[in-house]
Amino acid sequence: MHPGGHLLSVLVFFPALGALALLLLRGDDLVWIRRLALTISIAEFLLSLLLIPGVPLGVAGYQLEEFARWINVPPINYHLGVDGISLFLVILTTFLTLISVIASWKSIEHRVKEFFVMLLMLEVGVNGVFFALDLFLFFLFWEVMLIPMAFLIGIWGHERRIYAAVKFVLYTMAGSILMLVGIIWLYNATGTFDLPKMQQFLQSGALVLPARTEMILFLAFFLAFAIKVPLFPLHTWLPDAHVEAPTAGSVILAGVLLKLGTYGMIRFCLPLFPNASRRFAPAVAVLAIIGIIYGALVALVQPNLKKLVAYSSVSHLGFVVLGIFAFNPISMQGAVFQMLAHGISTGALFLLVGMLYDRRHTFEISEYGGLATPMPKLAAFFLFVALSSLGLPMLNGFVGEYLILLGTYQVHWNWAAWAASGVILSACYLLWSYQRVFFGDLTREKNRTLPDVSPREKWILVSMAVITLWMGIGSLSFTRRFAASCQNVLDQMGPGQAREAAAPEKSAPPRGSALVAMPEKTSVERTASR
Amino acid sequence: MFPIRGDMLRVMPELIWCGFGVLLMLFQPFVRNRHFFTTLALVGSLLGTLSALWPAALGGTAFGGIIQADAFSFFFHLLIGLVVSLVVLAAGPYLERERLAFPEFFALTLFATAGMGVLASAQELVTAFIGLELSSISSYVLAGYRRDSLKSSESSLKYFLLGSFATAFFLYGIALVYGATGSTFLSRMADAGASSNLLKLGFSLILIGLGFKVAVAPFQIWTPDVYEGAPTPVTALFSSGPKAAAFALLLRIFASVPAATQFWFWAFWVLAVLTMFAGNLGALVQTNVKRMLAYSSIAHAGYILVAFASVTFLAQEGAAAAAPAYAAILFYLLSYALVKLGAFTIVSQFGGEGEKHLSLDDYAGLGQRQPFAAAALGLFLLSLLGLPVTAGFFGKFYIFKAAVNSHLIWLAILMAVNSVIGAYYYLRLIVVMYMREPSAETASSAPMRFPLTVNLVLTIAAASTVYFGLFPNQVLHFVLQTNLLGH
Repeated sequence: MHPGGHLLSVLVFFPALGALALLLLRGDDLVWIRRLALTISIAEFLLSLLLIPGVPLGVAGYQLEEFARWINVPPINYHLGVDGISLFLVILTTFLTLISVIASWKSIEHRVKEFFVMLLMLEVGVNGVFFALDLFLFFLFWEVMLIPMAFLIGIWGHERRIYAAVKFVLYTMAGSILMLVGIIWLYNATGTFDLPKMQQFLQSGALVLPARTEMILFLAFFLAFAIKVPLFPLHTWLPDAHVEAPTAGSVILAGVLLKLGTYGMIRFCLPLFPNASRRFAPAVAVLAIIGIIYGALVALVQPNLKKLVAYSSVSHLGFVVLGIFAFNPISMQGAVFQMLAHGISTGALFLLVGMLYDRRHTFEISEYGGLATPMPKLAAFFLFVALSSLGLPMLNGFVGEYLILLGTYQVHWNWAAWAASGVILSACYLLWSYQRVFFGDLTREKNRTLPDVSPREKWILVSMAVITLWMGIGSLSFTRRFAASCQNVLDQMGPGQAREAAAPEKSAPPRGSALVAMPEKTSVERTASR
Repeated sequence: MFPIRGDMLRVMPELIWCGFGVLLMLFQPFVRNRHFFTTLALVGSLLGTLSALWPAALGGTAFGGIIQADAFSFFFHLLIGLVVSLVVLAAGPYLERERLAFPEFFALTLFATAGMGVLASAQELVTAFIGLELSSISSYVLAGYRRDSLKSSESSLKYFLLGSFATAFFLYGIALVYGATGSTFLSRMADAGASSNLLKLGFSLILIGLGFKVAVAPFQIWTPDVYEGAPTPVTALFSSGPKAAAFALLLRIFASVPAATQFWFWAFWVLAVLTMFAGNLGALVQTNVKRMLAYSSIAHAGYILVAFASVTFLAQEGAAAAAPAYAAILFYLLSYALVKLGAFTIVSQFGGEGEKHLSLDDYAGLGQRQPFAAAALGLFLLSLLGLPVTAGFFGKFYIFKAAVNSHLIWLAILMAVNSVIGAYYYLRLIVVMYMREPSAETASSAPMRFPLTVNLVLTIAAASTVYFGLFPNQVLHFVLQTNLLGH
C-alpha cells in the first residue's frame, strides 16, 4: 500500500462533500457561499496535482488503484485507477472547475448556492468517469454527470435554455442506454465488469469475441461516445447546449465533457474491440473529416459568436477522433494532447465570449466592432487565445494538430490531407471573427464605454494564457507522461497494428519530431508492472 | 377437514389484516377520534406484515396445498404490508382534508391487503380467484371513495365494469385449465404435462384477466381514467400493491406452466413491447401529473414483462437458469412500488383541497418554493427514469441483464428506446419544477406545510430508494435464493 492510497476516492468524493457543506449554508449568504466554493475547488485542484508523482514516467499500467467489492451478484466492484491518459484530463477538470467558480463570481446572482452545488457535483461525475476501471462504475458516473449539467444549462442558461437542457439529456441518454445494453452483453461474454481483467482475457486469447458480436458491441459503445464528442452527424445538440449554457457551463462542457467521448473511445473501444475498431476506422475517419470541415464551414458563417466557438469545437474534436482512429502512436499522442489543448483554448474562448456577454448581453458579432479601442487588454487576450486555437506554433493548439496530422499522414496520407484543410479554415473563421469584433470602427455607441478586463478576469485569463504557452513550448513534459499509455492502447489492439504501421514504410520516417519521446523500456516495464 | 394450527399460522398475515379490518368497522359507531382509526389501521397493517415471519419460518403448504408459504410469498407479504402501512400513514391527512370517513377507508384497505396476500401465496387457482376478488372488490369501492366527485365515481364505475369483465376471463380460464388438466392446483399442472390447445387457451384467458389488473396493453385502457379519478392515496396503493400481487401470481403460474414455453415467450414478448409503447407514448402528451404517472405505470408494467419474457425463455433451461430473471422482477417491483408510492403521496399533497392542482403548470417553480418536497419528487422521477444512485437504476439494470442473458437483444433495444422516451416526460416535470418560474397565483400563496406522517412516508420512500440504489446486496441475496418458489 503506497501512501495516499485513497487519493482517487478523495478526488472523486471531496467535491461531493463540499457540495453538502454548501447546502448547509444559508441561501442568501452569497459571500460565504462563493468563498467556500472557491476553497473547495482550489483544494480539489491542489489535490489533483498530487496525482502527477503517482503516475511514474514511461509506465503504462493503471496506478494508485483502489479496489473494493460493492455488489456480489453480478460482481460489480468499486475499482478506480489512473494512467497517463486520464491523469491530465482529471487535472484539466479540476482546473477548469476552479476557473469556472472564479468566472461565475459575479455573473451568477440567482440561486447561487445551487449553482455551485451543481458545478461540484458535475466534477464528481467527471472525475469518476476518468478514474473508473469497472464498466458498471464507469456507466454509473457517466449517467450521474448528466443531471448537474442539465441543471446548469436549464436554470442558469439563456432564453432557450430548457429546450437545450432537455435536448442535451435526451441525446446523451439515447446513446448511453444502448451502451448499458452493450456493457451487459460484454459482461455475459466475459463474466466480469472489470476493465483490466477484460483486457487481460482479450490479450491472452482466453476470450475471443465473435466478429459479429464485436462489431455490434463496438457500435453500442461508439455511439454513446460519438454523441458525446460529438461526431458529425450527431453534433446537433452541441450548438444549442453551448449557446444556452452559462459561461461556466460552456467552459466545463467544451473543456471536459466532450473529452469524455474521446476518452471513452481510447479507453474502451480500441482495446476491447480492436478488430471492429479497425474495420470501422475508415468510416469513422470519414465522419471525423466531414466534422472537421463542416464544423469549420459553419463556424465561418456564424453571426453568433458563441455558436462560432461551439462549431469550432466540432471541428477540433474531429481532429481528435481522427487521431485516435489512425491507430498510430504519434497521432494517438496528438489526440490526447489536443484534448487537453482544446480544453484550455476553447475554455478560454468561452470565458472571453462570456466576458463580452456580461458587458453587452449579446452574442451577435454585428453588435460588436472596434472593441480594441475601449478594451485593449481583452482584445489582446482574445487574439492570443484565438491564435492558440487555430494552431499557431509555440502555442498549445499547434502541438496537438501537428502530431495528429503527422501521425495520420504516416498511415493514410489522404486523411491527413483532407483534415489539414480544417487547419486553414480555422484560421479563417477565427481571424475573420476577431477582425469583425475588435477591429474596424466603433459602430455602436454603447461599445465606446465598455470597461476593460477587471483584475479578477485578468487573473483568469493570465493563468489560461500561461498554460497555453507552457503547453506549446514545453509540450514534452506532457507527452512523455502519456506516451507509454498511448502505446499501450495500441499494443492491446494486437498484431493488426503492426500491419497497419508497417504499410506506409516508404513515407516519412516516424522519428522525425523531437516532441515525440518514446520511452524505450515501455513494454518491459509494463510486463514488470503486471 | 378442520384447519390445524400450522395452517392458521401460515395465513396469519391475512387473518390479522382481515381481523383489524373488521375491528375498524366495529369501532366505527362508538369512536369519534380520527387518529384512533389511523393508529388502529397502522397497527393492523404492521402486525400483519410482521406476522409474515411465521409462514416464512414454517414453510410448506397449508389447507391441503392451496396456500404456499415460501420465500417468494414472504417477500411479497413484506412488500405489500410495507406499501399498505405507508399508504395508511399518508392517507390520514388526505381524508381529513377531503372530509372523508376514516374507518371504512382503512377497513377496505386492509381487506384489499388480505386479498393481495392471498394472491401472493395462492398455489391453487380458485384460491387465487378469491384473493383477486377480495382485493378487487375493495378496490372498486376505494376508487369511488370521493362520492361527491364526478371523476371519482366515474373511476369507480369504469374500474368495476371492466374489472368484472376481466375477472370473468380469469374464471373462464380456470375452468378451461381444469378441463385440460383435471386439477386447479398449480403444482399438479406441471405433472399433467399436457400442452394442448385447450390448456394454452385457458392460460391465455388467465393471462388476460391478470393482465388487466397489472395494466398490460391492450388491456390497459382503464388505467389512466381510474388512476386519475381515484383519491390519490388510493392511486398510490393501486399502482404499487395490487400490481405487485398480481405480478406475483402471474409469476407463480408461469413458473409452473407445463411445456409450450416458446408460446408464452412470444406472448410476453409482444405484450411487453405493446405495453411499453402504449404507456410511454401515452404519457408523452399528458399535462396532468396524476395521469402522466398513471401512463408511466403502464410503461413500467411493460418493463417487467420484458423480464417475464426472459423468465419463460430461461425456464427452458431449467429453474436455476431463470433465477436471475425472477430476482430482476422482484427487485424491480420493490423499487418501483416505493417510488410510485412516494410520487403519488407528493401529488396527493400538492393537489390541495378537492385535488384541483394537478396540472404541470401547478408544479412550476416548486424547486424554490418547497425545496424538500421537490427534491423528493425529483428523486422519485429520476428513479422511475432509471438514473444511477436510485433503486430504479438497479431495477432497470437487472431487467436489461435478464433480457441480454436470454439473447433478447431486440427487446432490450426496444426497452432502451422506451427508456429514452420515458426520460422526456419525467424530465419535463423536473424541468417545470426547477427551471420555470411559478405563476403569479401560486407564487403569492404561502408554501404548503406537510403533515408529519406524510413527511415520514416521504423520508422512508426516499431513503430506501437511495439505499437500494447504493447497496442492493441484501435484497438481491434474498431474491436470488434458489428455493424461492418453495418447490
